[in-house]
Amino acid sequence: MNKLDRDERLVKLALLVLAFSAVAVLAVITVFIFGEGTPIMFKHGLGKFLFGSDWYPSEKSFGLLPMIVGSLFVTFGALVIGVPLGLACAIFLTEFSSRRLRRLLKPVIELLAGIPSVVYGFIGVVILVPFIRTTLGGPGLSVLAASIILGIMILPTIISISIDSLQAVPRSYREGSIALGTTRWQTTRMVMIPAARSGIIASIVLGMGRAIGETMAVIMVAGNAVSIPGSPLSPVRTLTSNIALEMGYASGEHRQALFATGVILFIIIMVLNTIATVTSRRARGKRKTAA
Amino acid sequence: MTPVMDSPDLAPPAIRVRGLSHFFGSVQTLKSVTLDIWPHEIFGIIGPAGSGKSTFLRALNRLNDLIRGSRVEGRLEVEGRDIYAPEVNVVELRRKLGMVFATPVPLPRSIFENIVFGARLAGVRKTEDLSGIVRDCLEKTSLWEEVKDRLASSALKLSGGQQQRLCLARILALRPDVILLDEPTSGLDPISTMKIEETLRQLKRDYTIILVTNNTKQAGRVADRTAFLLGGELVEVGPTDQMFTSPADRRTDDYLRGRFG
Amino acid sequence: MNPRREQKIATAVLWFFVLLTVFILLFIIVYILRKGLPVLSGSFLTRNPVDMGRAGGIFSTIIGTIVLTLAAILIATPLGVGTAIYLTEYTWENRLTRVIRFGAECLAGIPSIIFGLFGFILFVTKLGFGWSILSGSLTLSFMLLPTIIRTSEEAIRSVPRDFREVSFSLGSTRWQMVTRVVLPSAIPGIVTGIILSVGRAIGETAAVIFTAGSALNIPTSLFSSSRTMSVHFYILAREGISLDNAYGTAAVLIIAILGINILTYSLMNKYIRKYQ
Repeated sequence: MNKLDRDERLVKLALLVLAFSAVAVLAVITVFIFGEGTPIMFKHGLGKFLFGSDWYPSEKSFGLLPMIVGSLFVTFGALVIGVPLGLACAIFLTEFSSRRLRRLLKPVIELLAGIPSVVYGFIGVVILVPFIRTTLGGPGLSVLAASIILGIMILPTIISISIDSLQAVPRSYREGSIALGTTRWQTTRMVMIPAARSGIIASIVLGMGRAIGETMAVIMVAGNAVSIPGSPLSPVRTLTSNIALEMGYASGEHRQALFATGVILFIIIMVLNTIATVTSRRARGKRKTAA
Repeated sequence: MTPVMDSPDLAPPAIRVRGLSHFFGSVQTLKSVTLDIWPHEIFGIIGPAGSGKSTFLRALNRLNDLIRGSRVEGRLEVEGRDIYAPEVNVVELRRKLGMVFATPVPLPRSIFENIVFGARLAGVRKTEDLSGIVRDCLEKTSLWEEVKDRLASSALKLSGGQQQRLCLARILALRPDVILLDEPTSGLDPISTMKIEETLRQLKRDYTIILVTNNTKQAGRVADRTAFLLGGELVEVGPTDQMFTSPADRRTDDYLRGRFG
Repeated sequence: MNPRREQKIATAVLWFFVLLTVFILLFIIVYILRKGLPVLSGSFLTRNPVDMGRAGGIFSTIIGTIVLTLAAILIATPLGVGTAIYLTEYTWENRLTRVIRFGAECLAGIPSIIFGLFGFILFVTKLGFGWSILSGSLTLSFMLLPTIIRTSEEAIRSVPRDFREVSFSLGSTRWQMVTRVVLPSAIPGIVTGIILSVGRAIGETAAVIFTAGSALNIPTSLFSSSRTMSVHFYILAREGISLDNAYGTAAVLIIAILGINILTYSLMNKYIRKYQ
């Protein structure tokens, strides 16, 4: 080995160290979050933690059920709003619009993704919440408000990934169907969407992940009451809001309980991300064996 | 056993190849090639596609090393030194044996910057030196008159033939000993081809030139000696005139007559 | 149902949803700008907040945003581009590269509140940096890392393979090839990714508030706490301090994001035109 080889090997090593940064950061985050959060979960009992409905930090009662339910409701509501809207846009942009229209609308979608979550939350507070309060009753700060805002926020995720999956369907599918005399909509409904199914599902799962992880907008419109919501108009607190609202003044076991909330959140998100990755990988694999 | 001719000058060969075999993984691409290449000659290599001509050329400047699974057996000496020895500095080797590829690949920068790219890598810094090199190399490839007023303009604006001559000038800037050309005129029009062949004849004076070509007529026009590779094997090597008029091997005859390839 | 009628209905529904989406976006932007632009003035942008933000301007938060974003980019870019270079130029696809990619993908999916928690416990508390630009930018940089890795890798991969061969044949080492041939050609794509990340960093609140804090004065060192525009906006809105100033801050945020998106698009178009 001469000097040249040695120098090249040094550079490669240095770059490898840099490349490991992402993995290292992920590992450190996992270690710290779990390190701070798991001891208290086992101290008070995992069951009580996950299924207890009393969250009274001052009395050392840490039941996360209202927040878990809150997160689930709000996420489900976000999907109810975001999936039809997002899929419709994705289908429109890939199958029913001209290239010029597509080039005009794609930046618009990306702009939606760039708006900060606090701005969404703010719009929710000044426009949506009063509207719900006056037309539908209740305090306005509600599951409904959070679902609508979150639904809008996950649109870019669902749209862009669904567009990618639809565009990845081989052209022969579409052409073959049209050749059989079907209308564009029939082709889309019976051929393109089923073919892109895995990718679309992946986009929905990723949208779910984003909705569950969203904090600032939800805090502003959801009401943050620690109770299991009885109707879409009830106020609700999510896992993320729980952390953000109390972190500022929490200490000792209270703080650890918030970290434990983070652990739960982390696990849920990781599971969702894995499902999404596996689903999209299956989408790619299916395509390879298809045509 | 392929005949190895004596150089007319009785000087030692510039390149000496003994039993060179090459593998990509388990696929053998060169089968025990043995030949000599003399200084200041134009050495042609002909053969059908896939016969190992490019692989042989890239074995000379060790460009094959960049491909995963590339392996070499045998001995390859340039100016008396085994180029696959562990102490060999591959970067310097590639300066000594400059290569021109089939498709001209100018870098996305000015004509001036293209030519001095290699020189800068070698440490040449001063503008006067660089300008001198640029003029020298462009004159040697007959490009100087055509581009002297637009050295700062993008090299991508040149025609195909000009780009290829630029690529040739680019490696001349490194003061190589050997020029390797891998089917350099395959994508060019007849006039550009002619210009390049003429340039090679002039460059022969100062360099050793190895020309891989899929056009046997080009070898006939330009090469002093030619080797015929078939399926990784060296079939025949000798003075071009002799090989073309009375080939020693039946396969050479068939190829030259266009019976296959 | 007659397929032709079905298609007409479907098309109408699709158009409705698309227009609804576009309307929502335009509404948000127009509303914020309408309420916020009147608040913008020279003094709003150049004076510091007074009385917790009830009066005065947002100058210190603008500085805070710029400093924090800049620091985060300075940390994330070498890490991200270095990773991309390693993955594309220095190794073939193997288990190691899959692990690295997996790590980056997972990192991309972690919500900002978790980053906030992490940054708080590691930088602010355990390492003792306190609420500071340092804690904030380190945390923010990790959030930006996956995006920079992805866009840099794309940019580097799109450099034609021939360029690399030419570089080697002219006597370059691999590192010289990367720095003198590949990176110069990949710069537009890499810069696009950086600008995208800047846009994301500007809007980030949850992670920032728990690591950089919310001090209202202009940061004087890496260890000063500082407030970004997003955090300021959040506090103004939630504490009900000043609706007008909230709108004004939001307007500045929206204009910045709009500007960044336009910049990204024009850069990308220039890049595509150059190579097409």
